[in-house]
Amino acid sequence: MPTGLDFFRERPRLAFVLLAGLLLLLPFLVGGGLGNAWVRVLDFILLYVLLALGLNIVVGYAGLLDLGYIAFYALGAYLYAWLASPHFGLHLPFWMVLPLGAALAGLFGVLLGAPTLRLRGDYLAIVTLGFGEIIRIFMNNLNAPFNLTNGPQGMNLIDPVSVAGQSFSSPLRIGELVIPSTYLYYYLFLAMTLLVILVAMRLQDSRIGRAWAALREDEVAAAAMGINTRNVKLLAFAMGATFGGLAGGLFAAFQGFISPESFTLWESILVLCMIVLGGMGNIPGVILGAILLTAIPEALRYIGDLQRAVLGHVVVDPADLRMLLFGVALVAMMLFRPAGLLPSRQRKREFGAQDAVAEQEQADLYDARA
Amino acid sequence: MSLLQVQDLRVSYGGIQAVRGIDLEVAQGELVCLIGANGAGKSSTLRGLMGLAHARGKVRFAGESLAGLPTHAIAARGLALVPEGRGIFGRLTVAENLAMGAYIRSDQAGILADAERAYGIFPRLAERRRQLAGTLSGGEQQMLAIARAMMGRPRLLLLDEPSMGLAPLMVAKIYETIATIAAEGVTILLVEQNANLALRVSQRAYVMESGALLLAGSAADLAANPRVREAYLGD
Repeated sequence: MPTGLDFFRERPRLAFVLLAGLLLLLPFLVGGGLGNAWVRVLDFILLYVLLALGLNIVVGYAGLLDLGYIAFYALGAYLYAWLASPHFGLHLPFWMVLPLGAALAGLFGVLLGAPTLRLRGDYLAIVTLGFGEIIRIFMNNLNAPFNLTNGPQGMNLIDPVSVAGQSFSSPLRIGELVIPSTYLYYYLFLAMTLLVILVAMRLQDSRIGRAWAALREDEVAAAAMGINTRNVKLLAFAMGATFGGLAGGLFAAFQGFISPESFTLWESILVLCMIVLGGMGNIPGVILGAILLTAIPEALRYIGDLQRAVLGHVVVDPADLRMLLFGVALVAMMLFRPAGLLPSRQRKREFGAQDAVAEQEQADLYDARA
Repeated sequence: MSLLQVQDLRVSYGGIQAVRGIDLEVAQGELVCLIGANGAGKSSTLRGLMGLAHARGKVRFAGESLAGLPTHAIAARGLALVPEGRGIFGRLTVAENLAMGAYIRSDQAGILADAERAYGIFPRLAERRRQLAGTLSGGEQQMLAIARAMMGRPRLLLLDEPSMGLAPLMVAKIYETIATIAAEGVTILLVEQNANLALRVSQRAYVMESGALLLAGSAADLAANPRVREAYLGD
């Protein structure tokens, strides 16, 4: 580990103050340096951090491979749109709609979990993938006979978050200071993200967290230890889905517009990649994965401009290049850091097992002699 | 009255019946073994008792019926299974594995004391308490599986093939500890292919073949029985 980190490890209070200050000033630094578009990227980073932390409960903690996770994001977003847009003429406040969206997603988490209790691994992945697609296809087609979702056109004019008469879609003026909309959402998303990080940390260290770990390692043995594997699994699905639904509601309010296109299989896979890249099961790793996989594709947009400046014209379409580099980055990761960028304690040791294997061979010799 | 009374236990997987109606009993404090060839239905019997496989028939434990209970509820009533292939939690440490064994308990002081006791019985585990369980040798994993099951303070310990895949010297060690645990008064139902070893530590034994009981009796009688000697002890 670099000594820079050790410096802060010995001074946790200083590190905390610096980090808090950085997080508070970040939109101003980013907005001032790179422009408002990048503050919007920051907002999306936070949304993906929320999603990745939620999926991490299902995949990282409980070991249940879920490829339809984005469906819960969709449910949260659509519920927000139903209850706070001109579509049904309802305009409930965000503090009512967000928890309802999270709860609806949690309920669907249980509905997905219940029939898949006996499935694991590949089979579970296929069923969850199907579930994600079913939700998206429903959203795409439920514009007739009764117009529930407005079909592929999506739902528009969704109410922004508003607090004490201040709508988050218009800038906040405090005297001379003007704080743009994207900044306001940044602070809202940051607060939600911190809350979810806290919950995820507490869950990991709880009795339930330990039960999830046991379930992930060996389901039969977990049941034999007295763990109610059915309830513990359903709880993992429900908790993960709840976080997804919360993120979906925030997304709908932030964008003001949602359509089924935002909730494709690709999005599910992207969130899964964030977890795998960052380090499955480890909260800082998952956050890092979400930051990188959201920010890097944005940064790669500049490659088009770069080509035009250097070569005079665009040789490779940046959109193609982004996917290529994305793929290369993932392959390189799996080769050089298979446990993720910031692996959890367990995975680090599991993958760094050369020493352990040598030790075990030694132990087997010892067994034979003893 | 016996701690465990089983009548007409039938265990099936889909359409295949692995156990075809067996009766057995285990009294408080006894070490009873269930021996038989590969595929005789020994492990299925244990899985049926633990609610891990579809089972029918009467199972009474300490006077209570276990019929239809889910596995975790059976575990809560005091049955602990050391599964075939050990079933340790590979990516958790030795200490965390032991803590999981005490999942149904909440007396922190008692749990800590029992963990220390387990380390006393298995000093190798004490040396490796912070090591990932998946990196232990086969014998150590078996020790850990037994120690973990003991952490729940079971009233009946079900051991499924504890000698499987281990070096002979390690097997001898595992059996020493099984005898030690039995001597402390823990009731054990042991399933084993290695009839020789199992009969040596047990008081009573059942012999299974093709899902049914073939013989039952004291371990000494069965060890002397010519049929058992020929079929299972390699004479």
